[in-house]
Amino acid sequence: MIATVARPSPPPAANRLSEQAVSCKGVTKEFGANGTKTLALRGVDLEVLAGQLTLLVGPSGCGKTTLISMVAGLLNPTQGSVAVLGTNLAKLSGRHLVEFRAKNIGFVFQQYNLLPALSAFENAAVPLIITGWSRAKAFAKARAMLATVGLGHRADNFPSQLSGGEQQRVAIARALIHEPRLLVCDEPTSALDAQSGQTVMELIKQVAVQPGRAVIVVTHDSRVFGFGDRIVEMSDGRILAGGEQ
Amino acid sequence: MNWLALRMLTGDRSKYLGLIFGVTFATLLMTQQVSIFMGILTRTGNQILEVRDADVWVMDNRVRYLDESPGLQDTDLMRVRGVPGVAWAVRTYRGIVKARLEDGNTRNVRLSGLDDETLVGAPREMIVGSLEDLKRPDAVIIDKAGYEYMWGHEPYQLGRTFELNDRRAVLVGVCQVAPPFFSDPIIYARYSQAARYVPLERNLMNYILVKARDGVDPAELCRRIEERTNRMALTGRQFFWKTVRYFLSSTGIPVNFGITIALGFIVGAAVTGQTLYLFIVENLKQFGALKAMGIPNRGILWMIVLQALLVGGIGFGLGAGLTAMFFIATGKMTQLAGLHMTWVALLGTGAAVFVIVIATSIISARRVLTLEPAIVFRG
Repeated sequence: MIATVARPSPPPAANRLSEQAVSCKGVTKEFGANGTKTLALRGVDLEVLAGQLTLLVGPSGCGKTTLISMVAGLLNPTQGSVAVLGTNLAKLSGRHLVEFRAKNIGFVFQQYNLLPALSAFENAAVPLIITGWSRAKAFAKARAMLATVGLGHRADNFPSQLSGGEQQRVAIARALIHEPRLLVCDEPTSALDAQSGQTVMELIKQVAVQPGRAVIVVTHDSRVFGFGDRIVEMSDGRILAGGEQ
Repeated sequence: MNWLALRMLTGDRSKYLGLIFGVTFATLLMTQQVSIFMGILTRTGNQILEVRDADVWVMDNRVRYLDESPGLQDTDLMRVRGVPGVAWAVRTYRGIVKARLEDGNTRNVRLSGLDDETLVGAPREMIVGSLEDLKRPDAVIIDKAGYEYMWGHEPYQLGRTFELNDRRAVLVGVCQVAPPFFSDPIIYARYSQAARYVPLERNLMNYILVKARDGVDPAELCRRIEERTNRMALTGRQFFWKTVRYFLSSTGIPVNFGITIALGFIVGAAVTGQTLYLFIVENLKQFGALKAMGIPNRGILWMIVLQALLVGGIGFGLGAGLTAMFFIATGKMTQLAGLHMTWVALLGTGAAVFVIVIATSIISARRVLTLEPAIVFRG
């Protein structure tokens, strides 16, 4: 449990509490060549509002990960359009898309994907360093961010010295340090025990969800459903319920 | 970004050291073998380079290298002296004779017969004794390596006698000269003295050493001599390279060294390439995460190239250092005399290492550059 969690400063556009952060229209995604085509998404419509924690739930293979990959600008849809923070991602060139992602989107991965050679605070500082911050400033902010997620005392530890739950908290600090307007979390609790999973979801709920920031959590862990402001259910490449406000 | 690349590289100590070891080993192998190869080739013509007081060597047209030298006629010497631009021309003899030591052992030795009056072609550096002593009866001078070859590490003992083709020879000096290709001792004697040591030959003189007059180009002088005498005339440098080319084309030396050098390159490339590739593949998810977080492909490519350049630089430095230590450690060994690290070997190896690390980093980087960043969402 996180008893005393300080909330970080709100991201820009905090006044736009219910702004539409993500809008997917008729999104279809096909994988494979002619003979072995797989339809991962079949005309998905999805809206996500800022200031909310949206859970994307469904069984394995239903297309959740494909959908958030497109929302994060990591995959292109075969058909349909994806707009994030009012920008149609298809209209961004490769370089602009990378910059857009670096500035506006934070990521929390199932396997944390921390760099083993970096300490916790160095890992947390990576997004700032990527965007050109000086190391000294980035490290100072990273230490503060780790304190926010309750890991100030483990800032100098390396990932191998941290438990799974602690590593995921470092990953959350890394995802939020550059104050993104969209946070995408892929199965953040699936590699954790129940207690650690609970802690991580409380942290996301308390620290990440901010006015002006949308949070999407992909999960099939029914124990965390209670944290969502909204639950979008998927099955077989389609949204069954909760896709639109 | 540079900081990130270097921390990722040095964070995995075993891979980092493995990469450095690969490059170090490749550098050591290539630099050392290329240096030895060049040293040995130089040794094939060292006896030519040692003659610094003459500009041109005149010889029979059939000569392919220094030791293979049919005799010239005495009239050739007169004709050469008559060529315009010749300051002076002297006879010399180069050949192999058999020496018998006090204990009855025999050795082949390289005999240099020097012009009696001028001693042109005599060694420049005497360790003990004096060149003037060559004018004494039966006097010979031997090179340092040859002395050790014949008498081991006994102290230098002037006045000791031995036989050359059953004729008495008296040691009057020990000199320092660049070693020849074979480790046979080099013995210097007056031409008239050498004639007594050589089995009877119709034409003993096999080379004429020529000095060009001031202002006369030696290459032009060679052309004039060939035109007027119908004998082959080469500058010292030309004769040196002719001898080197003979050894390159007629012996297994280049092939054997070439194989070793190629092996060094292949082993270095394989070890470095494989380790770097594994390093990249094992960090694929991390690179994917960095791409997702906003590092563009060119940034990732630079990170990998920087890692490779660092490993290449450190490995090359260590390899070159180890090669230098090898040559320092073996520099005093008589049988390895004249072998040292050359700047050509160092430069060539540096270029090879650069090619290895850049090529392997680009090959390895392809996996990352073609990686869909969405891979990070796959558990």
